Amino acid sequence: MADTATPAQVETGETRRDFLYLAAGAMGAVGAGAVAWPLIDSMNPSAEVLALSSTEVDLSPIAEGQRITVTWRGSPVFIDHRTADQITQAEDVAVATLPDPESDADRVQRSEWLVVIGVCTHLGCVPLGQKTGQNRGEFGGWFCPCHGSHYDTSGRIRRGPAPTNLPVPPYEFTGDTTIVIG
Amino acid sequence: MSGFQTNNTVIKWIEHRLPIFSFLDHSVGSGYPSPKNLSYFWNFGSLAGITLVIMIVTGVLMAMQYTAHVDHAFESVERIMRDVNYGWLLRYVHMNGAHFFFIVVYIHIFRGLYYGSYKAPRELLWMLGVVILLLMMATAFMGYVLPWGQMSFWGAKVITNLFSAIPFFGDGIVVWLWGGFSVDNPTLNRFFALHYLLPFVIVGVVILHIWALHRFGSNNPIGIDTKGPQDTIPFHPYYTVKDAFGLGAFLVVFSAVVFYLPNYMGHADNYIPANPLSTPAHIVPEWYFLPFYAILRAITFDIGIPFTGVVIIEAKLGGVIAMFGAIAVLFVLPWLDRSPVRSGRFRPIFRLFFVLLAIDVVLLGFAGAKPAEGLWLLIAQVSTAYYFLHFLVVLPLLSVFETPKPLPTSISEPVLKGGGGAMAGAPAKPMEKA
Ligand code: HEM
Ligand code: FES
Repeated sequence: MADTATPAQVETGETRRDFLYLAAGAMGAVGAGAVAWPLIDSMNPSAEVLALSSTEVDLSPIAEGQRITVTWRGSPVFIDHRTADQITQAEDVAVATLPDPESDADRVQRSEWLVVIGVCTHLGCVPLGQKTGQNRGEFGGWFCPCHGSHYDTSGRIRRGPAPTNLPVPPYEFTGDTTIVIG
Repeated sequence: MSGFQTNNTVIKWIEHRLPIFSFLDHSVGSGYPSPKNLSYFWNFGSLAGITLVIMIVTGVLMAMQYTAHVDHAFESVERIMRDVNYGWLLRYVHMNGAHFFFIVVYIHIFRGLYYGSYKAPRELLWMLGVVILLLMMATAFMGYVLPWGQMSFWGAKVITNLFSAIPFFGDGIVVWLWGGFSVDNPTLNRFFALHYLLPFVIVGVVILHIWALHRFGSNNPIGIDTKGPQDTIPFHPYYTVKDAFGLGAFLVVFSAVVFYLPNYMGHADNYIPANPLSTPAHIVPEWYFLPFYAILRAITFDIGIPFTGVVIIEAKLGGVIAMFGAIAVLFVLPWLDRSPVRSGRFRPIFRLFFVLLAIDVVLLGFAGAKPAEGLWLLIAQVSTAYYFLHFLVVLPLLSVFETPKPLPTSISEPVLKGGGGAMAGAPAKPMEKA
């Protein structure tokens, strides 16, 4: 044990010391990582922020053609009671031609109710179109004034710098006219 | 080396144990020989340092009154404005101090660009300066979020969202930055903590910056090295007094703005409390970010392999890369401009392009303030292209093809010849202190 390198080891230049050096270094790196992780992770959303993450919405007061905004996890969620016209518009698009191809059916649970997160996928502005009289863009959905993104009646990006469609949050119909988002 | 002398026994006692007095003397005293031909452009370094101190003093005092909570932040700032004794003064000095800080630092940077202060042996000095610029930008950005007005909120949202452009990890990083699923209370809290911390990090980097400066001393308007004592004067009293005069001039302008136009450089929308459900019609960052904001928005096209439709870099990511790239080129500038002549005074063609660059950056600033569409978008795109061409193509080419004018043999020469014809041969005599 007291011997250091055997002649063979000397030839390849590897010694027990090199091995110990590497092993200790690797352990040190793992240790540093293990210490760093809690520090980094402390900045991630905390338990009480995560706990606040579902919102119940009563849909009954929303008339056809009307849109309302609710808050879910600090972001606006657009709920659109779509008219028959708007639904056909959304369904009659050749999906393959879209910047972010997705069919309307994949984005709704019941076609008269569209639920999307009202945060522009470009840089996070809230698109216009929720209030009557606001610019709804060229495709009748929403228009983001920040850098000019147009969304259609399915909340899909049609023109402008936004890369993807308005995301659909996880939600569930808990009754005929109530949904729980989150 | 230590020319520091004193008869004061207390100072001697301390100096023997902690040589801080000779250190100060070498830094800003008579023990620091400076080129004797420095112009007023050399005032802006000390002005930047003093502005940093002003920001820290007013900031710490305001932090004693400020509440970093989404429900109280806006009101606590209004309370500072209305109820706290001289709170309005603290805030207006801090707010406008940020603007003037950037004015001063931008002049300081352009001074360096023109006189080649980034060239050997001052590369690290220059790079530390760019680090300070980055830290200042982060500090100012987070400070602007603290009053929690509409621009605070939406500026924070748009800028943090930039990180979502990073492939794969983007969304995770943004949630991590926010500490939630949107810009919210956790975000405000951490921004306050960092806004308090970063200025002191800046102080640390400034010390390194000055340390590197004193290794070889200041550059000067003709950009040649000092050749000996005949080319230098002691920093104190000559430049301490000149810096003090410059400070006076600066404070006159600064006070005029603080007292008569305190909101001139700000945006009115930031006096509306933040509303996460409604975006202001027109989000603009503070003016000092506008050129970079224009570059960010100039990339409206995907970058990919031509004619295949394969996208390598989406427009959004492209904009972010271009924006950070605009600062990254400054880091490598000492290796892009290889001309051995430092000062633009002796580089006729460089000088022309330098003016173009200055105009280019101003144009970018204007474009950044306008909606990114139509003519302004085009201007932003052309200016962005020129910005990068200047650093990546023009400067490397000029280093090879430009014939510089003959350099004076010493700093004293152009002074002694008194604007007349070249005084051939005659070596400069130490004749300062006329
Ligand atoms: C590099 C130096 C600094 C810069 C560039 C800077 C920049 C800014 C800016 C732009 C604002 C927003 C002003 C407004 O529109 O109301 C601000 C606010 C604030 N800063 Fe700083 N700051 C610096 C240092 C500090 C320090 C050291 C503190 C100490 C804690 C501090 C504390 C505050 C506080 C409490 C506010 C909120 C009050 C207000 O909005 O006026 N700042 N800062
Ligand atoms: S944030 Fe909507 S277009 Fe840029």
